[in-house]
Amino acid sequence: MATLSAPRIVSSRSEFADSHTLARYLSTGGYVALRKALTMFPEDVATEVDEASLLGRGGAGFPAGRKWSMLRKSPVSYLVVNGDESEPATFKDHYLVERDPHQLVEGIIIAAYALQVTQAFVFLRGEFALGLERVQQAVNDAYEHGALGSRIFGSEFSLDVVVHPGAGAYICGEETALIEALEGKRGFPRIKPPFFPAVTGLYGEPTVVNNVETMSNLPWIVEHGGAAFAALGGGRSTGTRLFALAGRVRNPGVYEIEMVKNTFRDLIYDLQLGGGVIDDRAIKAIIPGGVSAPWFGPDLLDLPLGQDEVAEKGSMLGSGSIVVLDDTTCVVRAAWRITKFFSRESCGQCTPCREGSGWIERVMYRLEHGGGRMEDIDLLLDLCDNIAPGLTWPPQQTTICVLGPSIPSSVHSAIQMFRDDFVAHVRRGGCPHG
Amino acid sequence: MSHFRVEIRQRAEELVALYPRARSAMLPLLHLAQEQDGYLSDEGIAEVAEMTGTTPADVRGTALFYDMFYLEPVGKYVVGVCTNIACLLAGGEEMLEHASATLGCAVGATSSDGLFTLEESECLADCNIAPCVQVNHRYVRTTTPEAFDSLVADLRAGRLDHDVPSHGTLIRVRRSGGLHAPRAEVAAQRASAREARATRETK
Repeated sequence: MATLSAPRIVSSRSEFADSHTLARYLSTGGYVALRKALTMFPEDVATEVDEASLLGRGGAGFPAGRKWSMLRKSPVSYLVVNGDESEPATFKDHYLVERDPHQLVEGIIIAAYALQVTQAFVFLRGEFALGLERVQQAVNDAYEHGALGSRIFGSEFSLDVVVHPGAGAYICGEETALIEALEGKRGFPRIKPPFFPAVTGLYGEPTVVNNVETMSNLPWIVEHGGAAFAALGGGRSTGTRLFALAGRVRNPGVYEIEMVKNTFRDLIYDLQLGGGVIDDRAIKAIIPGGVSAPWFGPDLLDLPLGQDEVAEKGSMLGSGSIVVLDDTTCVVRAAWRITKFFSRESCGQCTPCREGSGWIERVMYRLEHGGGRMEDIDLLLDLCDNIAPGLTWPPQQTTICVLGPSIPSSVHSAIQMFRDDFVAHVRRGGCPHG
Repeated sequence: MSHFRVEIRQRAEELVALYPRARSAMLPLLHLAQEQDGYLSDEGIAEVAEMTGTTPADVRGTALFYDMFYLEPVGKYVVGVCTNIACLLAGGEEMLEHASATLGCAVGATSSDGLFTLEESECLADCNIAPCVQVNHRYVRTTTPEAFDSLVADLRAGRLDHDVPSHGTLIRVRRSGGLHAPRAEVAAQRASAREARATRETK
């Protein structure tokens, strides 16, 4: 049984069809938190977020408060919000920008106030046409309402927010690639160090890059206090989180549930959540945190949905996406399609990623479609090992960004867990599933 | 002589003014160029180069990196069918095949009447309504072959002109506030930043 007693923090307006309008937002507690924040010292707002120990909701799970504290002192600094959600099977930021854009905007204003930044950019995925319109409308409304612009709500604080559309490139979710795109260039991730845009970011100035869901949590945290947020969840994984459940389940969707108190099994099987596997089939594997994450078998279904809990078992909670593969699923085909994605989206700067992804994709293709050889299976492992030496988790890095080391996850998992399926593909000269 | 229509040129100028550096307006401007011409014409690229202080070669090279920009004309409707993991498990490949048959064009090609361009998409982040189909980056939520066919009929008949504007039109909500409000403060902040940078560099 899932534990569903926690308040909905970021999806509280989900029952309203007009949840994206200012009128609905104001009638359901909108902008109360910002008014409160403006009566506090900026550093005290940051302290609340620190006490909440809000982990970044984009994928890496870095504590938001700590990211803020690294912001280099400079006469100019920027806040950039990452809404370039493109990790396959992740669709929770899509939900937030379309369904509750004002909550996002209020979160941005609160963060900017805490950081004393006067210029913020919201980078939204170009494919979110409606989301872009809704967030732009929310920004327009906020100016009209006095929540943005000069002297917000009569305070000394001023802020300008610009909504910036992406143009179709997975890699722009990587924060330094996103900054390059925001500077009007190709989305090539930057060489590290410096590791953090908080040191050198947009135009070489200190920049905080935070995810859409991270920002959307801020109004609640300011209103109820960091301690109330930290009281939810468990361990380092505080609060609730939006989980995007997809694949072979009856009710795929975005579910906000308390972290750690719930398990993969709860999310997948609870009737108020995933509702079980389609046709009551058995689960073959789950992909726990976006397609960059190593897979889990059904033996780990009772693992709590917490960042450290999942990491200890050799994968990651990542972007909050969970894909269910049932026993009708061809894992070779699934892993092939994921590799095809990485091959297409590799920016091409680093050889292991650029060449490795294409090579693995071609070998996986012939295994699935006919023409695979028995030695291909070990060849695949060797190629994976060349991209991420040792095939450990977290992976070794041979590339500028983490796209490269994400490529082996699915192929390595599939071979490790279902080597027999690969052998069957070779013997049959193609996919036995037809 | 501007290639952009008066209204597009004006919006483009407003966009450039939003950013501390003109080049930052590159992607929004390319979207605008595409809104006017349906793709990135040489004239559109030249104008974006002029407005961002870059060269046409630089603009073209940047645009090529991004999937949403087209250097050749495409259909009025660009149909994207996702076949990535969640959609694969829900029949995305079959949907793509069906779309190809219905539209009468191969994946990556444009139908002979010039109305439709068909693409295999990567994950479009709408995985609970799979397989996911977008037309001009609007979610149309047709998950069955029948629903897809009636969508195509509606598009052909012009019944969805409001929901699905022509290819290239991305954001119909115009920015209405802000530019005039904090401009003084932002300008002052930028001036002090320039000063700080200059001091740093002379040291």
